[in-house]
Amino acid sequence: MEKGQIGGSFMSEQISVHILDSTLRDGSHALSHQFTAEQVARVARGLDQAGIEMIEVSHGDGLGGSTVTYGFSKQSELELLEAASSVIERGKLAVLLLPGIGTKDDLKMARDLGAKVAQIATHVTEADVAQQHIELAKSMGMEVVGMLMLSHMGSPEKIAEQGKLMERYGADVVLVTDSAGALLPPTVRERVRALRDAIQIGVGFHGHNNLSMAVANSITAIEEGARWIDACTCGLGAGSGNTPTEVLVAVLDKLGYSSGIDLWKIMDVAEDIVRPLMQKPVRIGKASLTMGYAGVYSSFLLHADKAAQQFGVDPRDVLVEVGKRRAVGGQEDILVEIAMTLAQKNAEVEASPSRRLA
Amino acid sequence: MEQIRAAILGSGNIGTDLMYKLKRSHSLRPTIMAGIIPESEGLARARQQGLAITTDGIEGLLKQKDSFELVFDATTASAHKQHAPMLRAAGKIAIDLTPAAVGPYVVPLVNLEGHVGEPNVNLVSCGGQATVPLVSAMRSASPVEYAEIVATIASKSAGPGTRQNIDEFTDTTARGLQRIGGASKGKAIIVLNPAEPPILMRNTIYGIVEESDPEELRKSIEEMVARIQEYVPGYRLRAKPLIEDFPGRQQKKVTLYVEVEGAGDYLPQYAGNLDIMTSAAVKVGEEIGKHLRAGTWKRDRSEARL
Repeated sequence: MEKGQIGGSFMSEQISVHILDSTLRDGSHALSHQFTAEQVARVARGLDQAGIEMIEVSHGDGLGGSTVTYGFSKQSELELLEAASSVIERGKLAVLLLPGIGTKDDLKMARDLGAKVAQIATHVTEADVAQQHIELAKSMGMEVVGMLMLSHMGSPEKIAEQGKLMERYGADVVLVTDSAGALLPPTVRERVRALRDAIQIGVGFHGHNNLSMAVANSITAIEEGARWIDACTCGLGAGSGNTPTEVLVAVLDKLGYSSGIDLWKIMDVAEDIVRPLMQKPVRIGKASLTMGYAGVYSSFLLHADKAAQQFGVDPRDVLVEVGKRRAVGGQEDILVEIAMTLAQKNAEVEASPSRRLA
Repeated sequence: MEQIRAAILGSGNIGTDLMYKLKRSHSLRPTIMAGIIPESEGLARARQQGLAITTDGIEGLLKQKDSFELVFDATTASAHKQHAPMLRAAGKIAIDLTPAAVGPYVVPLVNLEGHVGEPNVNLVSCGGQATVPLVSAMRSASPVEYAEIVATIASKSAGPGTRQNIDEFTDTTARGLQRIGGASKGKAIIVLNPAEPPILMRNTIYGIVEESDPEELRKSIEEMVARIQEYVPGYRLRAKPLIEDFPGRQQKKVTLYVEVEGAGDYLPQYAGNLDIMTSAAVKVGEEIGKHLRAGTWKRDRSEARL
C-alpha cells in the first residue's frame, strides 16, 4: 500500500519513528516460552519483509531467562537466534537482557549470532546495575536501548535521573517502559518529557495494553518527542499484550508519521503467521486488567494464573498481594508462595469456630 | 578457652558489623581494626570497643602483626588481591569477604573441612551463603540435577561494588551451587527491590532432584536450617518445603522460600544479605580457630594429594 494514502496530511515534514517488534521476545511470555526455531524463522522473515527495523528475539525475561522461575524455553536461545539471524536481510536482530538474570556471556553469544541491537532493562530506580552490560554491548559495536521498567513506579524526576545514568554508560536510546500497562496519556507525557529534557540521546516508549491504552500512550509519547516505539504483532505479549504493531503502523500512517513499514504486509504477518501460533487470544481479562489497575508487572500474568489454580485461590487476590509487597520485575518466584499462603489463610478461616457459628 | 585473636581489615559497614559479632564470639577476640579513612565511624567504634586501630591500612596492620592470627578482609576485591600475598608472607590466615576469590570458596557446614590448612578462604557471595547449604542438604538425600536460586535484596543493601559487577554475583553463586552444593547444574538470579521500608533478604531455591522419599528430603532440609540458625539467628523458611512431581520426568521439584533477617548489630535488620556474610565469616573463623588450637590447620593432607 502506498504511504499516506489515507492520512499523512497533518504535518509539513514527515517524522520517522523507529519500530522495534518484540513479538518474538515479549510475545514469548504469552506462549509460555514455547517458540520453535521454525516458528521464529517464519515470523522473523515476515517482519523483515514488512520493513520492521528491529526484530527482537529472546526469552520473555531476556537472555538467560530459561529457568524454573520464568519458565523453560522449548528451544535454546542459541537455536532461536540462529533461526532469526538466518532469515533477516533488511532489518536488525535485537535481544533483551535483564542484568541479574542474563550475563555478559549471554550478550556475547547473541552478538556472535548476529544481534545488532541490545535492549538492556532494569527496574526504574536501578539503572546502575546495567553499566557493565551497556558498556560491553557498545564495545562490541551494538546499538543499545536502555529500558526503565515499571516506569509508573518512578516519578518523572527519577526517570530523568536514571535515564541520565544510562546515557552516561553509553546507551543510544532510553525507553519509558510501562511494564504494568498502568500509565495513562498524562503520566506518559510527563515521563517522556522529563526524559527528553534530561538527555541528549533518543527517547522511546514500550507499552502494555492492560488498560487498553498501549497505542494511545505510544502516540502521546511520540507527540512528546519519543522516536523509538516497541510493539508486537497481534499485541502478542505479557499481560494483556503490547502495542499491536499493525495497529500502530496504521495509526502512525494516518497521523502522517513514517515508520518504513508496509501496512498491508504487517497486517498479513499478524493475521496469517502470528495469530495461528497463539495458544489463546491476548485480551484484557480480569487478571490482566487488575495488573494495569494495580500496577503489577505484566509478565506475572500466566505465573499468577497457574499458581492460583494450583492452590485454588483467585488470581486477582494473588496480584493484589504482589502489589502490596511492591514486587518488581523478576520476582516471579513469590507468586507460588503468595498463592500457597493465601490458600492456608482461607483454610484457617473456613476452619475457625466463629466461621462455623456464622 | 584460649581465644584466637582476629584483625579486621576495612572499617566500613561490613567491617564494623563484623566487629560486633566477633565481640560476642566465645572463641575469637577482635584485637585490631585497620582502615584508611581516619574519620570513619567504624574506627571510632572500634576504639570505643577497646580494639587497637590503625589508619594505615594493611601496612599499619602488619606493623602490629603479633596481635592477631586471623584477618577478616572486608575491603574490596581489588584491595584484597594486594592484601592476600602480604598476609600470606606474614603467616596470617585470611578470611576474605570480598569477591576477590584468591582462595577457595567456603561455606560453613558444607565444605570447610575440605580446605583445612588453606592460608586464604573466600566466602562466595551472600546468595551462596544463603542457599548452598540447602542445596547440599537436598544433595545428601538425593542427587540434584539442577539447582536454581533467586535472591531478592533491598536496593539500599546493595553497594556500588555489587551494582557495578552484578554478573560476579550470578556467576559466583551459580558456581557455588554446583561445586559446593553438589548440583550438576546451577543458575543464580538476583533482583534488587527498592520498596520502602526496605524488604528483608529473600531467597527462593529450586532443586530438581532424583525420585526420592519426600520425608527424607524434608528432614534433611529442616535439619540444615536449624544448624544455620545457630550462627544466623534470623535465617528461616517462610513456608514448609514444597515437594512436587516434576512434570514428564521421574524427578521431584523442591521449592524452598528462605528469609534472612539481620541481627542489626551495625547493619540494618533488612540487610540479611550482608548479615549472613558477616555471620558466616565469624563461623568460618571459629572453625579455623578450633583447628589452630588443636594444631590441625595444616596443609599436609592436601599436599600429600599433590
